[in-house]
Amino acid sequence: MNNKKASNYIQDLGALIALVLLVLIIGAISPEFRTVSNFLSLLRQSSINGFIAFGMTCVILTGGIDLSVGSVLALTTAFCASFISGGMPVGLAMILALLIGVAFGLLSGLLVTKGRLQPFIATLITMTVYRGLTMIFMDGKPISNLGDSFLLKLVGKGNLFGIPIPVILFLIVFAIFVFVLEKTTFGRRIYATGSNWKSAKLAGVNIDMTKMAAYAISGCMAAVSGLILLSRLGSAQPTLGDGYELDAIAAVALGGTSMNGGRGRIWKTFVGVLIIAVLNNGLNILGVSSYYQDVVKGFVILVAVMSDQKR
Amino acid sequence: MQIEMRGIDKSFGGNAVLKSAGFLLDHGEIHALMGENGAGKSTLMKILTGVYTKDAGTVLVDGQEVCYKNPQEAEQAGIVFIHQELNVLFDLTVEENMFLGKEIKKSFGICDKKAMRHEVRKILDRLGVDIDPGQRMNELSVGQQQMIEIAKALMVDAQVIIMDEPTAALTQSETTVLFQVVNSLREKGVSIVYISHRMEEIFELCDRITILRDGSYIGTKKIKETDMNDVVKMMIGREIGERYPAREAKIGEVVFEVKGLTCPGVFENVSFQVHAGEVLGVSGLMGAGRTEIMQAIFGNMPNVSGEIYLNGARIQNKNPQEAMKNGIGFITEDRKVEGLMLEESIMKNISIANLGKISKSGILSKESEDALVKRGIEELHIKCFGPQHECNNLSGGNQQKVVFAKWIYTDPKVLILDEPTRGVDIGAKKEIYSIINELAEKGVAIIMVSSELPEVLGMSDRVMVVREGVLRGILHKEEANQENIMILATGGELNE
Repeated sequence: MNNKKASNYIQDLGALIALVLLVLIIGAISPEFRTVSNFLSLLRQSSINGFIAFGMTCVILTGGIDLSVGSVLALTTAFCASFISGGMPVGLAMILALLIGVAFGLLSGLLVTKGRLQPFIATLITMTVYRGLTMIFMDGKPISNLGDSFLLKLVGKGNLFGIPIPVILFLIVFAIFVFVLEKTTFGRRIYATGSNWKSAKLAGVNIDMTKMAAYAISGCMAAVSGLILLSRLGSAQPTLGDGYELDAIAAVALGGTSMNGGRGRIWKTFVGVLIIAVLNNGLNILGVSSYYQDVVKGFVILVAVMSDQKR
Repeated sequence: MQIEMRGIDKSFGGNAVLKSAGFLLDHGEIHALMGENGAGKSTLMKILTGVYTKDAGTVLVDGQEVCYKNPQEAEQAGIVFIHQELNVLFDLTVEENMFLGKEIKKSFGICDKKAMRHEVRKILDRLGVDIDPGQRMNELSVGQQQMIEIAKALMVDAQVIIMDEPTAALTQSETTVLFQVVNSLREKGVSIVYISHRMEEIFELCDRITILRDGSYIGTKKIKETDMNDVVKMMIGREIGERYPAREAKIGEVVFEVKGLTCPGVFENVSFQVHAGEVLGVSGLMGAGRTEIMQAIFGNMPNVSGEIYLNGARIQNKNPQEAMKNGIGFITEDRKVEGLMLEESIMKNISIANLGKISKSGILSKESEDALVKRGIEELHIKCFGPQHECNNLSGGNQQKVVFAKWIYTDPKVLILDEPTRGVDIGAKKEIYSIINELAEKGVAIIMVSSELPEVLGMSDRVMVVREGVLRGILHKEEANQENIMILATGGELNE
């Protein structure tokens, strides 16, 4: 029994060990990599994927998947940018963008629960439609006259005690997710829904509501990422967020969350997000060509996920 | 074919599952293998058929020492294991299932459908069952699927067939057909190893019986020279006493009433009452609609009409949440599919039905959760390493106790039990009966669906019999006996 526990422990820490090794190796090769300012910018880069991956974890824990996050991100930023350029107060525009993200997530959730579509198909549909709507809404052109709002700049570019605001937000959101998933009844329902929905339903869990809430959270998190990107770029782009769902899913997979739902931990997703960020950042600094970067990334995911498998 | 297994040892990760186990199977006999869950019956058979490798011991087939490396090798030697969870592909046809991996081919690897169909017909005729080879597996009843598994065994000319709980999901009439088939196989010289918990069946069907306990060989008896008490004693190593413990519940007022419950095409106009402290048994053949009626009461069936009353007030159970709020609990028939999250801990399984109790405004209280789960493990004697023990690794009886714990603490006024002791060994069965009695003594109204007649008769104050979705009658304890129930369940009339 002790043996089994010890090996489980190592398994649990597999992704973390991979992360530490990567940091040590890249750090050993490149002095540029191992600077505080680089770590801070690495964390800031990782937050974009991080928010999305946290939401994605919730959805995957219920046994679903959300392919629409990249498109939700694009469409919510588009709305937000047009609100701001239309003269709406930035704070209000941002809150509206988050609510719109929730609504888009709920729509995916509705297709999955009431529409009885498989999550992959349902969110493939919303992904396609939201992207199309973004193009229509923006007429294929960026929206860039966002004025000179302090709040807008703060979200993506600001610092507090030398730490970038996106990183602080990232850590706060991480803490909230840990709390919600580990300490609340809602968290239990998310796990139960993915573990065995029949059993959960008979134990009085409202399966449909739980799933919809997960998609809503995912939509909201995509919108959060979008706002930070909007702030950093100073404009909304119609192709923004294209392919982001894949990085998020990769981070969740790196964290060992079961794609069948029911099993996974949010802190491990956090580690997964960091691994991807370290790879992106480190390989760039090392001057590895972007073609090879993707191959290396795929390889690292393969090794990490295989070592995470049971037995 | 004669098989002798001697001194077989096997352990998994330091955990000894078999300690000098064995048995001797003669040519053309039906040999029962009995023991409580975890006694090592299935493991022993898996070693014989090459699923596991033994740590020590000898396996002799017709006097020759053998060691099959995998089930395919055993199959080629004529030994086939029909598992409890049938090994069928539900979306394929009977024919495709039977010939899976051994298709008869013409040139260029094209399947010779005609030849295969001919072969399938031949074997099914030999078994004397009427199944269309072109039917999809999921259109067949479980009994028919079982027949296909036997047909598969015959197709490879099996000399030894091992059956693990073959009747667990069969109706009475399907069981009869199965017994006929098994008997005719014996006459043709095929040996059968028959693993089952159902004592009555074993005494009806088998020639000899071998008993295992805690992974060790205990003894072999001729069925004619032993009786049930003797066998139970060998299985558990002590006297179990009364199989159905006595209950001292005072039967009170009517707590629960169903009026004219109907679900078109499934059941019709079902009306009954249950009193406080009463156990109402529900009997009937498999597929009679018993489970569906219970699911409907619990709000887990669409298109249901009719009225449900609790303590005289009408209640509506549109979904399980409402049913729970109204004070109804439901322990389902299949704990692995609907009862438990198998990969989760005992703690999470017990908690999920009691979230309101262990939380404040949505935030879990670790103390009250720990206390609740600890209470469940202690009160129900769940054998485990602790609250974090994964349900997968519990025996059937302990899994079922977890399901009970989950529901007991929701403080139900009415508790529905659907096959509460299925796949549970004798010792744990008695514990579960005691739990049911305690609940009744506390005044809970209990509805117990069961396919085991002795259980229904031993536990119920009244027995309600359902046939093809119609309530045929409710028998009082005095008039409830095996015969009367079967008459009602099969469509006959009772003589007044």
